[in-house]
Amino acid sequence: MTITEERGRAYTHADLPRLMGLMTGDEKHGPAATSTLDVLWVLYDRVLRVGPERAADPDRDRFLLSKGHGPMAYYAVLAAKGFVPVAWLPGFGSYDSPLGHHPDRVLVPGAEIGSGSLGHGLPIAVGTALGLRAQGRTGPAVWVLVGDAELDEGSNHEAIAFAGPTGLERLHTVVVDNASAGHARPGGIAARFEAAGWSAVTVDGRDHEALYAAFTAAHPGRPHVVVARVEPKSG
Amino acid sequence: MDTMRDRFAPVVTHLLDEDPRVAVVVAEIGKVALAEAMRRHPHRVINVGIREQLLVGAAAGLALTGMRPVVHTFASFLVERPFEQVKLDLGHQNAGAVLVSAAASFDWPAGGYTHMAPGDVALLDTLDGWTVQVPGHPDEAETLLRHAVAAGDDKVYVRLSESANRRGHRVDGRGLRTVREGRAGVVVAVGPMLDAVLAATEGLEVTVLYATTVRPFDAAALRRATQAAGTDVVLVEPYLAGTSTGAVSEALVDVPHRILGLGVGRRELRKYGTVEEHVAAHGLDAASLRERIGAFVAVPARA
Repeated sequence: MTITEERGRAYTHADLPRLMGLMTGDEKHGPAATSTLDVLWVLYDRVLRVGPERAADPDRDRFLLSKGHGPMAYYAVLAAKGFVPVAWLPGFGSYDSPLGHHPDRVLVPGAEIGSGSLGHGLPIAVGTALGLRAQGRTGPAVWVLVGDAELDEGSNHEAIAFAGPTGLERLHTVVVDNASAGHARPGGIAARFEAAGWSAVTVDGRDHEALYAAFTAAHPGRPHVVVARVEPKSG
Repeated sequence: MDTMRDRFAPVVTHLLDEDPRVAVVVAEIGKVALAEAMRRHPHRVINVGIREQLLVGAAAGLALTGMRPVVHTFASFLVERPFEQVKLDLGHQNAGAVLVSAAASFDWPAGGYTHMAPGDVALLDTLDGWTVQVPGHPDEAETLLRHAVAAGDDKVYVRLSESANRRGHRVDGRGLRTVREGRAGVVVAVGPMLDAVLAATEGLEVTVLYATTVRPFDAAALRRATQAAGTDVVLVEPYLAGTSTGAVSEALVDVPHRILGLGVGRRELRKYGTVEEHVAAHGLDAASLRERIGAFVAVPARA
């Protein structure tokens, strides 16, 4: 399924730049603004079992946007999938808008967490996976999106080091890697997860089929990380 | 006498048995007493290792799936170290939890300043919507723990201490309780400070109110007490001196009043030793309290 409809209007991946343009006033966006776009689209279009009608369903999948900076791509995908009205997009960042420069779960339908301060999503995702497991809900998958530079924050490493040995197999992390981390080493991201016992795949973060295959790869007994590499952030 | 902390594991073990929403999260500290609970409820008693950011973050995640997390470690590692997680993962996410601390302001003086948290309640005061329970006796701790877990999805802080009064009072998880009535001022004794306050104010003409629930602060009860006892108010708190001065000031905003805020000093003592030595160093022993309270209310002790 690559098309969705909201009030008779169909949105595809090709509509996303225009939806983002409603927020930024410009339909051309640099790589930094769109680093998460393809990852988000493939997840919401083909992987996540979520929808506006399932917002309160305890067995829905959970997607936690931990990297809350530059959320235009996220809001565009939420609008395309009918979680938020397209009419909200032009108000982006204004006083009465539910759509801030960092998302707030209390204000944005479909947002599982509020984010902005880096390094909070992965520990919350661990707790979400623990909570679902404790309730015997083995169906829902928990996904969290972090940035490569966000992994500088030590709180992530508390979560990574705990989740592997605990065997939290319903926990999934996607790292959007635009080479923006200070003091990074090549291959270092996947290696850190693997050292903690995670299943890890590194793919081209613009290749929808490769992303889909990585997102749906089997990883019995282990949490799973997908490192999605995109163009390096400039400046 | 057993301690408040000795009651923690048995109470939460019972609550785990009773209520499938309850989950207990610890970071190594306190895990031994929870061994039986962990055996009975392996998926609802979680030890995250020495990871306090994860401790609070994971509790928030549990809450977002509908669970009632009870989070336990020393106050310094529960409120101070992961303070941003308390602010954002619980507060900003609109997620509830019960934070149960141990070690208080200086329960382990020989452990030094790293294990002292006199600022915990003041820090929580910078945030919205926290209920703060400061029991003064193991029996009160047990009651207040049960209240806290039963409080829907509220954010509740329960501050357990090794220091305790000789006997427990009936507590309801809400307001101030009148222990003694006088006409020359009101002394509010918080949690484990009650015995010292009662000894210190023996023969003084003051009303003594006992507080185990300090947030929300029971402004109505304080106002009622000031009608007979006047608006000289002394706070005696087992954490940072003056923590509740603002709450008292707000309660009495429309009447002239004076406030003396007594509690643990801000200055780092750099001393080890015993609890009694630290109580004295902060001027919280009965003799020091009597001197300071007496001077403030300016009523000589009756013969």
